[in-house]
Amino acid sequence: MSSDLSDLYQQVILDHNRRPRNRGRLPTANRVAHGDNPTCGDQCDVYLRVADGRIADISFEGSGCAISQASASLMTTQLKGRTAAEAEKLYGEFHEIVTTGKEPEEISDLAAFAGVHAFPARIKCATLGWHAALNALKSEDQEPATTETHRD
Amino acid sequence: MSAVTPSWDNVRGDFPTLHQEVNGHPLVYLDNAATTQKPRAVLAALQRFYERDNANVHRGLHALSMRATEGYEGARGRVAGFIHAAAPEEIVFTRGTTESINLVAASWGGANLKAGDVILLTEMEHHSNLVPWQLIAQRTGATLRYLPVTGDEGLLDLAALDRVLTPEVKVFAFTHISNTLGTVNPVAELCARARQVGAITVVDAAQSIGHLPLDVQALGCDFLAFSGHKMAAPTGIGALYGRRELLEAMPPWQGGGGMIAHVDFFASRWKPTPERFEAGTPNFADAVGLGAACDYLDALGRDRIEAHDGRLAREAYARLAELPGIRLIGPAGERGGLVSFAFADVHAHDIVTFADEDGIALRGGHHCNQPLMRKLGLTSTVRASFYVYNEAAEIEALVASLRRTLKFFRA
Repeated sequence: MSSDLSDLYQQVILDHNRRPRNRGRLPTANRVAHGDNPTCGDQCDVYLRVADGRIADISFEGSGCAISQASASLMTTQLKGRTAAEAEKLYGEFHEIVTTGKEPEEISDLAAFAGVHAFPARIKCATLGWHAALNALKSEDQEPATTETHRD
Repeated sequence: MSAVTPSWDNVRGDFPTLHQEVNGHPLVYLDNAATTQKPRAVLAALQRFYERDNANVHRGLHALSMRATEGYEGARGRVAGFIHAAAPEEIVFTRGTTESINLVAASWGGANLKAGDVILLTEMEHHSNLVPWQLIAQRTGATLRYLPVTGDEGLLDLAALDRVLTPEVKVFAFTHISNTLGTVNPVAELCARARQVGAITVVDAAQSIGHLPLDVQALGCDFLAFSGHKMAAPTGIGALYGRRELLEAMPPWQGGGGMIAHVDFFASRWKPTPERFEAGTPNFADAVGLGAACDYLDALGRDRIEAHDGRLAREAYARLAELPGIRLIGPAGERGGLVSFAFADVHAHDIVTFADEDGIALRGGHHCNQPLMRKLGLTSTVRASFYVYNEAAEIEALVASLRRTLKFFRA
């Protein structure tokens, strides 16, 4: 296996792909957004419970490649407890990592995605969940997502 | 047109693209259903045209324009012969299958469909034979109806035909060979059934045109759409075959130069087919390339191409079936030159990325078949598709690569 490929499929990514964290609908969610990548058909729903300006709880649901699923899973662990502004800032750092391969100064699991930059076609896989989460943060408060709210 | 008659002994030698390494491995190109590689004969025809004959076609009174026109209209005649159309006027050059189907939907559909009419499609249609009909349905008030697919074996449910092919159906559009399933549909039978209720037929031949002998008169279709780039010809050129009396009765769908008989400030009159449907400067150079591709494929023998591609696909199906956890989509028996498959635990895109590492070009995704995928409970499949230059050894390379990938993700 080439070093590019082993950089892409790092242990952290494989682990999140095999055992996704915070996966499934969040019954108490008051924000939800759907993301899809029309080029490859990957889908991701992100559920948030926002309270007192912070992400009190977060989950995702979706289908896609190991990169997109692991990224969404890791994202949920990173965003819990953050404000919208902090989430935006973190996404900025993540975007920098996946597009340039530059690892962040602070030690972070997000660095596992540095290998993505060598595969430009896969950058959108890595950012799909993040886009859905940021859209959910920008959306209006709604009733907890007890019914199917995402479009198909 | 080609200087040397192609031979099956040296097919690979005819295709320069094949002779390269990708990620340190010899290229194994198995993405032919997306686009095929081009033989030297086609590349040489393009170069010859640009170096010797290039000028705008039609109305030209100088030598080069006359030669270019001769080349362009010669290609039209060559394409007509390639699919056994009754006359060159039944061939309208387009950018490809998608544009051809949009032309029929917009022009024929716009003039003939109304509220209460039904457009019959099948559940296995590519988005290019689905979305243009959705657009014209919205414009005219006609509704869409679907002939079902039977499930993973991917056959059309012909038993349901009586139920869905009713007199309200004005047009029945379906694919010859499914780009995801590999299913070869019984075109002649479907056309005959459509005729019984007075519906016209539109055949999407994108996946069949380069792979088997094709005779539009024997098939009995009214329209047939295809792309050059899936049959060893350049990108950006394709054709719509239409029965002459239907084309003659259709209004233009785009206006501009080349398609008019007379223009006034407030109204114009149109030329007859095919010029009526070719507004603007046509893609004459690539049409010449398409003609050369027809020559190349006929010289190889299209019955032999059909046998070759089908044999590889069946062989691939059998070898892939040995992989643990594989779900093969499409018919187990007769199929076109492609195989589609999925694993519950490893996503198509991860497989395609790993295969690329081994120099193998595959395609993973929904293959522009989203409704069918949803019906089958899939979001994506991996597709390996074959052409004249592929060999059995390449199937072995594919299987070995897949085994390594599965081992990695299942470790």
